[in-house]
Amino acid sequence: MQAQIAVKNLAKTYHCRKLFYDLSFLVKNNTVFAVIGHNGVGKTTLLRVICNLVPATSGCVEITVGDRLLSAAERRAALGLVSPELELYGELSAFENLEFFSGVRGIVFNREKAREILEYVGLKGRGHDLVSTFSSGMMQRLKFAHALFHDPQILVLDEPASNMDGEGVALVREVIRHQRERGIVIMATNEQREASYADQTLSLA
Amino acid sequence: MRTRHFLLLKRSCAVLQKDLRVEFRTRYAYNTLMMFAVTVLVTVSFSVGGMILESEIAAALLWIILFFSAMAGLSRTFVQEEESGTVVALKLAADPEPVYLGKLLFNIVVLFSIAAVVVPLFLIMLNLSVAMPLSFVLVVLLGCLGLAGASTILAAIVAKAAVKGALLTVLAFPVLLPLLIGAISATRSTLAGVPLEVLRPDLGLLLFYNGMMVTASLLLFDYVWNE
Repeated sequence: MQAQIAVKNLAKTYHCRKLFYDLSFLVKNNTVFAVIGHNGVGKTTLLRVICNLVPATSGCVEITVGDRLLSAAERRAALGLVSPELELYGELSAFENLEFFSGVRGIVFNREKAREILEYVGLKGRGHDLVSTFSSGMMQRLKFAHALFHDPQILVLDEPASNMDGEGVALVREVIRHQRERGIVIMATNEQREASYADQTLSLA
Repeated sequence: MRTRHFLLLKRSCAVLQKDLRVEFRTRYAYNTLMMFAVTVLVTVSFSVGGMILESEIAAALLWIILFFSAMAGLSRTFVQEEESGTVVALKLAADPEPVYLGKLLFNIVVLFSIAAVVVPLFLIMLNLSVAMPLSFVLVVLLGCLGLAGASTILAAIVAKAAVKGALLTVLAFPVLLPLLIGAISATRSTLAGVPLEVLRPDLGLLLFYNGMMVTASLLLFDYVWNE
């Protein structure tokens, strides 16, 4: 199924300060879309609006899969997010986190798939450890596992390689390459290296 | 329709299971509520001394203890999600209704388990006898259900505020006043022993309040959660 994101005349004002206005763009399937710009220009806010986590001041974001315009509930199933603002439950293990999020999504938890995805992100053998014992790099890897576990068509990445070591950076590149083949990647970054993976770039000023 | 309700129940149970698991490992809400309840209970019993309290005063004291205990710990379910940043992942994964129902069920479990300890201790320490034990248990259960119902939706509102501490108690008081009036009146009747016809209006009020609170909360929660 082909996914597409259409952003139409989007504006966001925060405490009387215009972050962006009259923003329109189209992201088609098999595309990596990078949002770049200085700190505080609204990159993270734009991602939050796309994920429906905060409302836009005006304009809209339309996400279609196939010919179908997704409702808010369907959007939740189609999106995976990795962001510094998103935290997982420190009191639960990695497996328990994945099990819980499968449960609230109404998906049957597949332990074998969970083991595979933890291995894929470099957390092999750490599935039963409490997340509170993870380092910041391991936490970032777990966020990738959480974002990918329900096979979303759209992957939204905010500073995806933050806290990652060399292997982690390679993982980010591999995830982006793989997701491009199956859907869309939208990423906010300040890193030139990450921006170079993009097919389309939006510079916020 | 049945499948939709089954899915809603299943997702709500996932939230309940997660909250119970987190609570079992941290014991934050349970310890806060229990310590508060027992401290107030001991203070009250020492203040009263050996006096035999009238049923009116005993009923009011019992619900004051349960009300403030609920306010001390039940807001934790939503506040913790906001403070730890897990609310973003939860919003992105779950529909609002199962989140509300799961949190409500969790608060009911916590408050019922607190009441199971505090109410017998209250009766023993204040040397009270209950004339209508089954009705008394029913009144306590319905009252706790109402406390949990109102606390859950108010906790969701309070969790967004910068100053969370006393806000829940202040917001909850007018909302919970009808419930407290009904619960105190019904408790007084069950302690003193009255004909069932006298108790019936108070039980009706408690049932109506609980139904109304859960229905209104389910309708409003979407706005509170996504605001």
